[in-house]
Order: sequence, then C-alpha cells, then structure tokens
Amino acid sequence: MHKPRLQLQASFDIAFLQFLDKRGQATQPFPEFATPDWLTQSYRQMHLARMVDDRAVKLQRTGRLGTYPSSLGQEAIGVGTGSALLAEDVYCPYYRETGAFLERGVLIEEIFANWGGDERGQQFQHAPHDLPICVPIATQLLHAAGVGFALKYHHQQHNTPLQVAVASAGDGATSKGDFYEAINIAGVWKLPVVFVINNNQWAISVPRHAQTATATIAQKAIAAGIPALQVDGNDVVAVHWAVRDAINRARNGEGPALVEALSYRLCDHTTADDASRYRNAEELELAWQWEPLKRLETYLRAQGIWSDGQQQDMARELAQVMERALNHWEDRPAEPVTAIFDHLYAQLPEALYEQYDQLRDEQRQRQAGSAGA
Amino acid sequence: MSETVQEITLVEAVTQALAYELERDPTVVVFGQDVGANGGVFRATEGLQKTFGTDRVLDTPLAETMIAGMAVGMATQGLKPVAEFQFMGFIYPGLDHILNHAARMRNRTRGRLSCPIVYRAPYGGGIHAPEHHSESTEALFAHIPGLRVVVPSSPARAYGLLLAAIRDPDPVLFLEPKRIYRAAKQPVPDNGEALPLDRAFILREGSDLTLISWGASVKETLAAAEQLSTEGVEAEVIDPATLKPLDIHTIIDSLEKTRRCVVVHEAARFGGLGAEIAAQVQEYAFDLLDAPVQRVTGYDTVMPYYQLEKVYLPGVERILAGARDALKYADRSAKRGDLR
Repeated sequence: MHKPRLQLQASFDIAFLQFLDKRGQATQPFPEFATPDWLTQSYRQMHLARMVDDRAVKLQRTGRLGTYPSSLGQEAIGVGTGSALLAEDVYCPYYRETGAFLERGVLIEEIFANWGGDERGQQFQHAPHDLPICVPIATQLLHAAGVGFALKYHHQQHNTPLQVAVASAGDGATSKGDFYEAINIAGVWKLPVVFVINNNQWAISVPRHAQTATATIAQKAIAAGIPALQVDGNDVVAVHWAVRDAINRARNGEGPALVEALSYRLCDHTTADDASRYRNAEELELAWQWEPLKRLETYLRAQGIWSDGQQQDMARELAQVMERALNHWEDRPAEPVTAIFDHLYAQLPEALYEQYDQLRDEQRQRQAGSAGA
Repeated sequence: MSETVQEITLVEAVTQALAYELERDPTVVVFGQDVGANGGVFRATEGLQKTFGTDRVLDTPLAETMIAGMAVGMATQGLKPVAEFQFMGFIYPGLDHILNHAARMRNRTRGRLSCPIVYRAPYGGGIHAPEHHSESTEALFAHIPGLRVVVPSSPARAYGLLLAAIRDPDPVLFLEPKRIYRAAKQPVPDNGEALPLDRAFILREGSDLTLISWGASVKETLAAAEQLSTEGVEAEVIDPATLKPLDIHTIIDSLEKTRRCVVVHEAARFGGLGAEIAAQVQEYAFDLLDAPVQRVTGYDTVMPYYQLEKVYLPGVERILAGARDALKYADRSAKRGDLR
C-alpha cells in the first residue's frame, strides 16, 4: 500500500519535576525558597491538614458532620499550591483541598461549618475574594478563567499589579468540557490563570486509566496552547516550585499554565464511599509508601533540621489549634432559619415576603411549642 | 442631550442600553459569539466594539458553557458581565453555571460574593429560523431561585429594563423576543433611565377581562384586546415583564375589576408560567373570579419547524377564543374576602 510522505508539523513534550523522591532523598539541589524554615512550616501545614481531615472524618462518623471529602495523601499539593499564592491572588478550589484552604487563611471552623451544613462556612473571613468550595466537577475552572479575566481587566484599567487566579481540580475533572473550555479561553485570551490538577488516580471508583487515553493529563494543555508540567504531587517542593513558577509567569503577563500533580487518594472518595469495593488493598498499601508527610519528615530528620522534640512540640501546638477551632465551631449560635432568604438576592423581592413570613412564623410556633413542652 | 428623540426598534433599544451602560459604568463588559466586529447575528451589539474597544466588547470562542461560566468568575471580582447567548436554544450547556453558580453564589457565600450578571438571549418563534432557534423555555429558568427572568415587549421597555438588569446586583436572564426585534419603532430617549424590575406593566386599561402576556405575544394580545373592544368588551392587558419574581399584586388588583383572566404565552402549556399565574390567582383571588383562568399557549409538543410554527404560536384568533371562554361564565355575586 502506498504510504504518503508526511512532514513534521509540530511536536510537543511533557516534562516531569521532582526534588524529593519517595524515600525522602533529594534528587537534585533544592530551590532557594526551600529553606529549613519553609520546609518545616510546610511540614506543619501538611500535618495540620491531615489532622483537620482526620477530625472531620471522625466528626462525620459520630453524626456531627455531613459527608466529608478528605484530602488524605494529597497534603503536599494543597500546601505547596496554597503557599504559592499572594494574599491578593484569587483561589478557585475544588473540594479536596484542605491544605490549600489552611494556607489561604480559611478557618478550620469554617471548613467544619461548611461540611456541617452551614453556609457560613463559605464566608472565608480571611480570604474574602476566593471562590467558595466548588462541588460540581470542573465548573470552577471556568470561573477561574472569568476571575483571571477580571484580574487582567482591573490591572489594565487601573495600572495596578496583575493578580493571578489559581484553580484546582481532580483528574476526573479533566474529562469534562468545562476543563477544555477553560484552558482554551485562558490560552486564547492569555489570562493570568494557573490550573492545578490533583491527579490522585481515582475519580470516585473510576481509575485514571479508565478516565482518559492520554499518557499524561498535563498534555491536555497542549491542545489549548498553554504550557504544562507534570510534578510529583507528593513532593511539596516540586509542587510549590511548579505552581509558583506558573504564577510568576502569569503575573508577568505571560498567560496561563497547567500543573499536573501526581498523587494518590489514600482515603475513600468521601465518608459516604467505601473504596474497598473497587480498589485493591495492595495498591493502597503501595501508595502509602510514597505519601507526602513521611518523605518530608525523613528528609528533614536526615538534614538534622527536625527532631523528636520538635515533632512533639508541633503535635501539642496543633492539638491546641484544633481544640480552639472546634470550640469556635461549636460555640457559634445557629443562623436564624430565615437566613435561607437573606442572601438569595441583594434585597428580598416582594414576591417572597409571604414565604419569608411563613417560615419565620412557623419557627416561632416551633419555638413556642418546645418552650411550652 | 439631543433635541429630537429617535424612533428605534427593540433591537436598537438593546444596543442603545448597552452603549449607555458601557459608557456610564467602566465595569460593564459585553461578550459572546460574534458580538464584536459582526455586531451580533441580530446586530444587537452593532458598533459597540468600535466605540468601546476589544477590551470591553469581546468575541468569545464558540462555547456556551464557557460563556456562562466566565461570567460567574468575572462577576465575583467586581465586573458586570453582559453575556450573549446567540439563541435561547443554545443556552442549555450554560445552565449548570446559571443554576448551580450564578443564581446561588450570593446565598452560598452568605453575601460575601455575588453575581451581577446579565445573560442575554434572543428567544421565541416566528422568524422562520432553523431547528432549535425558536423555543420559549422561560419557565425552566423562572423555576430557579436566585435568578431574575426579564422579558421586554417594546423598545422602551427593552431599553429601561435592560438598564435595570445591568444595574441589578443579582443575575438576570434577559430574554429578547426576536420576532418583534424590528416589528415596531418607538421614540426611546437615551436618558439612562431604568424601568423598575419586579413590576408588571399595564399596557391597556379595561374592566371586563384581564389578558396577561409577555414578549412577542403581547402584540397579538393587544390586537385581540382591540378586537374585543369593537365587541364591547374592554380588556386590561398586563405585561409582567419580570417573570421571576412575579408581580402578582398588579394582576390581582386588575382582577378586582375584571374577575376574568387569560394568560397568553408562546411556551408549551405544561408547567409554563401560565400555570404559575393561574395557581397564584386562585390562591389569592379565588373569591374574585367569575371564570376559571384560561391559558392560551403553545402546544405541549416540540416546537415545529417553521412551516408549522404559525399554528403553534398563539395568534389573535386563539386569544379571542380564550377570552370568550372566560367571558361565557355568568357574573357571580362574589363575596369579596381579604385578599392577602
């Protein structure tokens, strides 16, 4: 059969970055930001994220929280990403991002409130411009593109420094049209947006290989004409380097980028899930061997910048942080029931007055009834 | 200010409102498919890119989900996006963002972030368009808490309501009845004066019958009212204009006079806005009614290709038939209860 002659039109490649391997050994010299202080602070934050997730799961098991998505095993992505943003940048998260939430100043009691069925958990007192936790898959990526547009617009109109939108999503999200539409618009409009894909190998029960035929998720960015890098997502140094580099380039007006962070979901999808139904125990056991906290601790100890004493001090300190947060969460009075109307519109439309009054009166009757009982 | 007020069409009123608000408010950004150099497929954005530049009037890639979702992100960070869907039939990929995000951002952040977005879309039948270009699915959107659904039925209301929609701090779906985009001209002063949202407009006063309609059907509804007048029946014609939230008070006030009510809409009957209006009327004004609320609507069928669209759309004859059905019931000496 005749084979026509083809000419190479374009070619692409995907690079991988790692500083700290799964045994906790440096694979190359660390970047300047990775000082002993930065490393130990990152280690602390990853620990805190794991504690928050662990406590949240326990609270769910005892009926005090609703369904909760733990980020167990992905702490390096959250912390490495969250610490790369400036305060005035805008974070557009998916839901499995405890480490990043803590880095952004989201309060632990806000995290508990949110998953405990209280919208006030999305008020993010210390991250007022960040988007709320996004439950529908991949939609936040388009919002991030819109945020990026707004940030670029303000920068151009007022000649103020360019801020950057950083979005996160899981590997499953990259199968959705929203993902492709977001990276496409970000590329063609050169928006200051960084997409961080937490490739934890599982989208509930569907493994990475059943999600896409691509060799990497990073290469999907090539289709949108934006740079991409794959990193070891359990290496906080690599995650931080990659996200920070992408943010810096976006801030310099060089447009969007995508970072694929390889990790593993060591927990169930949520507390409502049982991963043993679809995932074998050996695979999970293997994944525990390259989890992010252990390898960083191994490295810190080998470098002589971490000791048993420091570990104990940190555990004590974080336990106090947790107790304070729990107290704040538990002590907060419930919202009035009419709160469901209060933020529906900027002003309650007249058409809703009657329903508002009805709900308020029903609640008064309930309260009078329980007071009389 | 110009001395002479130009007579303009509904689509020109849309352009005029967009231009006014782009000029007045630097946070307004207009975007969509072909809205730039081409001025939109209906020319609703004609000349805007030339006047306000490519930073503020932008052609997007062809992706409706993206258009809807971008607007959400933009609106949370201090912009006032006015996003155009080329036809209502292509809005559905964006529904996720309209329903799950734009309409609930304020609520789910307890007031921290909001989405002052206007989603514009030409809608309705009657222009001999291809498949998917002629539907009226306003009821789908009116069902969504946190969203406003606004439909103008004249150039003046298009201008005033679009200004109000852009200035409103919450998301608005602004549906433009394309059949009457160029049906009539009206002097519309370009004075930046908005019309109130959430308020119905009484287009014709009458004491025998209340006809309720919006969008393009208002034209046939007013024609039916004129016909009835020659027969000695004076119909009041009400255009709710904001379909959600609905100004039921104006309708009930009218029924205190007329006691008979016909709702006219192009959309399919089942679960349409006519059903909501009929339900509210019987809840608030059962004692006032001399006749059951009549609905003159599109059929519960797929919107036909254009050979048959005329039989689908409620025309003057069907509106008259509905009116006569409402009028055939005898006056009742209704006991007037407290309405609310």
